[in-house]
Amino acid sequence: MVTAALLGPAVLAAIDGAVERSDGGVLAAGAWLIVLVPFVAALAITLFGKRLPRHGAELAVAAVGFVALYGTALLLTTLFGDGIVHEGAVKIGEFGGFEIEWAWVVDGLSIMMFFVVGVVSTACFVYAVGYLEGDVRPTAFFASFTLFAGAMLMLVSAANLIQLLIGWELVGVSSYLLIGHYWEQKENSSAGMKAFLVNKIADIGLMIGIIIAGITVGSFTISKIMEKVVESDAALDDVAVIIAVLLFIGAMGKSAQFPFHVWLPDAMAGPTPVSALMHAATMVTAGVYLVARMFPLFEEMAHEALDVALVIGAITLVIAGLLAIVQDDIKRVLAYSTLSQLGYMVAALGAGAYTAGLFHLFTHAFFKSLLFLGAGSVIHAVHSNNMSDMGGLRKDMPRTFWTFMIGSAALAGLPIFSGFFSKDEILAAFREGDHTIVFLLGVATAFITALYMTRAISLTFFGRYKGDGHPHESPSIMVYPMIGLAGAAATAGFINIPGLTDWFYKLVTTRLVPAELLGEHATSFDWTALGLGVLAGVAGIALGYRLYYPDAATQQERDRLYIPGLWPVLENKYYIDDLYMNGIVNPIKGPVARFINWTNSYIIDFVVNVVGFATRSLGWVVYSGIDQRGIDLAINEAGAATGFAGSKLRYIQTGKVQQYAAALFGGAIVLVIGFWISVT
Amino acid sequence: MEWFDNGWGLSLVVFLPLVGALALLAVPKKDEETAKWLALFTAIASLFFGVVAAFRFDYGDAGALQLGTKLSWIPSIGSDYEIGLDGISLPMLVLSAAIVVLAIVYSWDHWPEPHNPKGFLILILFLATGMAGTFVAQDLVLFFIFFELVLLPMYFMIGIWGDKSKVKLPGFNREVETRLYASIKFFLFTLFGSAFMLLGFLALGLKADTFSIPELADLGASGAFTGTFAFLVFGALFLGFAVKVPMWPLHTWLPDAHTAAPTVGSVLLAAILLKLGSYGFIRIAIPILPDEAKSWAPAIAILAVIAIIYGSLACLAQTDMKRLIAFSSVGHMGFVMLGIATLTPVGITAAVIGMVAHGVITGMLFFLAGSMQHRYHTREMARLGGNLKLMPILGGMLGFTAMASLGLPGLAGFWGEFMALLGSYQPLEGLSLGVFRTSMVIGAIGTVLTAGYLLWMLQKVNLGEPKAEWDDHEFHDVDKYEMAAWVPLLIAIVAIGVFPKIVTGAANDAVQVLMDKAFF
Repeated sequence: MVTAALLGPAVLAAIDGAVERSDGGVLAAGAWLIVLVPFVAALAITLFGKRLPRHGAELAVAAVGFVALYGTALLLTTLFGDGIVHEGAVKIGEFGGFEIEWAWVVDGLSIMMFFVVGVVSTACFVYAVGYLEGDVRPTAFFASFTLFAGAMLMLVSAANLIQLLIGWELVGVSSYLLIGHYWEQKENSSAGMKAFLVNKIADIGLMIGIIIAGITVGSFTISKIMEKVVESDAALDDVAVIIAVLLFIGAMGKSAQFPFHVWLPDAMAGPTPVSALMHAATMVTAGVYLVARMFPLFEEMAHEALDVALVIGAITLVIAGLLAIVQDDIKRVLAYSTLSQLGYMVAALGAGAYTAGLFHLFTHAFFKSLLFLGAGSVIHAVHSNNMSDMGGLRKDMPRTFWTFMIGSAALAGLPIFSGFFSKDEILAAFREGDHTIVFLLGVATAFITALYMTRAISLTFFGRYKGDGHPHESPSIMVYPMIGLAGAAATAGFINIPGLTDWFYKLVTTRLVPAELLGEHATSFDWTALGLGVLAGVAGIALGYRLYYPDAATQQERDRLYIPGLWPVLENKYYIDDLYMNGIVNPIKGPVARFINWTNSYIIDFVVNVVGFATRSLGWVVYSGIDQRGIDLAINEAGAATGFAGSKLRYIQTGKVQQYAAALFGGAIVLVIGFWISVT
Repeated sequence: MEWFDNGWGLSLVVFLPLVGALALLAVPKKDEETAKWLALFTAIASLFFGVVAAFRFDYGDAGALQLGTKLSWIPSIGSDYEIGLDGISLPMLVLSAAIVVLAIVYSWDHWPEPHNPKGFLILILFLATGMAGTFVAQDLVLFFIFFELVLLPMYFMIGIWGDKSKVKLPGFNREVETRLYASIKFFLFTLFGSAFMLLGFLALGLKADTFSIPELADLGASGAFTGTFAFLVFGALFLGFAVKVPMWPLHTWLPDAHTAAPTVGSVLLAAILLKLGSYGFIRIAIPILPDEAKSWAPAIAILAVIAIIYGSLACLAQTDMKRLIAFSSVGHMGFVMLGIATLTPVGITAAVIGMVAHGVITGMLFFLAGSMQHRYHTREMARLGGNLKLMPILGGMLGFTAMASLGLPGLAGFWGEFMALLGSYQPLEGLSLGVFRTSMVIGAIGTVLTAGYLLWMLQKVNLGEPKAEWDDHEFHDVDKYEMAAWVPLLIAIVAIGVFPKIVTGAANDAVQVLMDKAFF
């Protein structure tokens, strides 16, 4: 049943001949294990987790550890050998002319994602073992967490759009389970619902986009669609913009782009390891991944959709960055930061910078998961999410402090840290594409980013401790994953230095499509972009230091003091949530739904009941007026025939039904006889 | 096995339950054990032969009628005992035989008041024969008899074992007993449709001088039925099937019937009885009157999407959990009808898998709702809450099944919905693209509303802290009979989701053949 499928000759011929390709042998052919193992583990944890000594955590860690090792093996093989490009499929059904398959693609892009998801998940899972010590229901947590990773892996390994959609929605449902993990409180289950439903709305776009693409091309297989792109197929060209925009709407939901960004900050309700994974490797990267996976379609046939992406990304990166400045909840600072950074990635893809967007996804995964784990470590120690309960923690939690500093430096884009290289590549791409406004917004946001991170560090680690009790460093099982991620956050940028290294570029362009459709790798730094970016970062740190380092009044007072006009708008998240709740959700849940139910009872059913009662009255008229005076014999016969039924019915006082039945059947028989006579 | 392939096999699947029911009559009312084992045995035997049929079935030729027979039956009107199985009926037949077994297993220790297992089991077995018979009948008169045969047992099930509380009719100043109102409404509504359907059948039979469905389909494909005659006949069939589905606005019997029915009644009603209507469209209305189907299709599509949106919105207004699930059927069957209305192989295959999926998923939901009612003695969602805490296994199953019901990809419900939408992007040539593509978008919006009300239900019922009134209450999580009845359904939900070929393997080819004959 398994067909180790290989690339169509037409596509192979179209691939850039300069790069050597291989089908990856056994390693790639078995890559379906990457998807299957987490799913099997999730099932096993659900069924038997409670009986295991660590409540199923051991299975969860083993499963993602396996993925990390497999991903690393694939990564090393493809980087230091021939580039792997492989597709395999199992047919699982057909609908009309459409064949449905489980299919996996192993190429540079998916290998990069396997690696990131595997490594970051392993760090977060190990950390979670410590973090969830004594949790109310660890088994449910680890089952959902493993499902979450598995769903993301299904998504990134998908060789066809249906499977991508399946992984996509499974990511959504597992995020619902994880965000609402502490479902005793209504806020938490509501946050889970919000995430699910906002994503589901965006998924309308994805679903319809997939439908149009599938019908136009006659197949849901992504490489077949790419083949049509390469051939400049006219039918596809006609609808490409619609398809691309619809797919992008789906991407906006998962990657939390404006105006679908509202779910992400609320998603903080879940345990911190969930936030770390969700904001780094899984879920929010799915939208960016989708655009990257379909990039040639956007680039060659649907440039308008890329423009949309550029604008949406630019809006998101600024508005979310500003929101991060006013948060008191440390996780919310990081959440808005994620939105802002996703804005960079999306805008980069919109500017046509395929590699730069993915590179930022790659580096961001490490430093953002690190920051979240750091925040979790702090929260674990002070039992509060609020920075107004923290302060001075650098002495009590030195290892958390230093790793958090490394993560922040990477996020702020300080030179040599990983975020520096990826953010610089994006800024350079904006300039190269003559997107001056977006470039300036990008630089401004670099400033904002440095500002809010400096604020967060000052309020958390410096000054005087404002909380209760004596915080102390987290256990090793939580600290080691942070140290590992800190190493990656510091060094991950080195794999793609303009003019020096191009490993990452080579990796993500090793695909079934010609590399020239995926852009080029810069051979030298854009010194203007680099200079302005670093300058903005340093200025942001300086201002943040000036504003927040001295520990005086409470943090809220400071914020009010320094940004008076903007404060209420930012505090209310630009009123977007209110608009959605009061403008859409509540009306549908309230008046609209009640109106429909009213219609059902008082209009449709009223008619039904009136007809029923009227008929019964007519029945009485007929019965007492005609029947009793003449033809009661027939009815009595009918009554006797249904004696059993009748006795039962009288017993429960329903009496009339056999009369209707008899009447209706009688009528039918009369009509039959009429037909019979008229025909013969 | 030749005897099996010559129609005996299918006849056994259909009539074994009836034989069992008759045998049960002889069992003394007090001897409940014998009654239960006898009923279970006949149901399992029927399922066994159904499964054998699935193995004997030639999937390479799924479009042809197989394992059937044609015997002279009522020569005076030209009606034969003609039965047979193709790729569309096969999954429905197996589903219905399986659900009956599960219903009996569940009933084992969950008898609704006023008890009387013997009577209840007899009704279940009668239903089994009616349902299975409808799916194998290839003669209009035979089809009609089976189709109507399910009516009475369900009527008695609701009327006798149903909800005894009083309900005030909206707009009327009188109170009626829920079960009486619901059972009469169910009966009359369906009978109203059936009367027209019978007229349509008779008109077809007399015009063509045969009641054989394959023969009529051949005639229909060659254009034998046209003009006002065809229009009226399609209209009559439409009424009969649309009430059963039920399509908006003929659906109002459904929430009442489901709410009032005992658990097993709801399960059978949702899982199988509703499908008799949509199956009728696929088996009879469309193949025999293809041209009329084409002109009615846009109207069906519009009613279908109205049902999707209307059903979902109505769900959001419910306070009664069982009624909410009942209304969800209106929306889900809307997707099935949308698929059928496209008149394409994709859409109709989607409808078939949608029917099976709705059968297992909504059947499961009604089982769960029934068991919860059994434990809490209320269906009011405002009084429930924290169910997951009180009964983790039952709550977990409810969460899982709700996810399946909202069409989560990877579970059974997804394929029917998604593929119906896919079909509506490109309906049969000649159908209005405007109507169908708009329907697709509205249907897609419906998936969000569906997710909305199911998550909302979960939040109210499953999550949060249990209400104070249950503090001193002892709750028993899922018992062994429930487990035995439910686990197969849960497995089916996953299996069909992961490997839809279980259904499409037979159905797709059969639908293709049917469509080719009707439209090309």
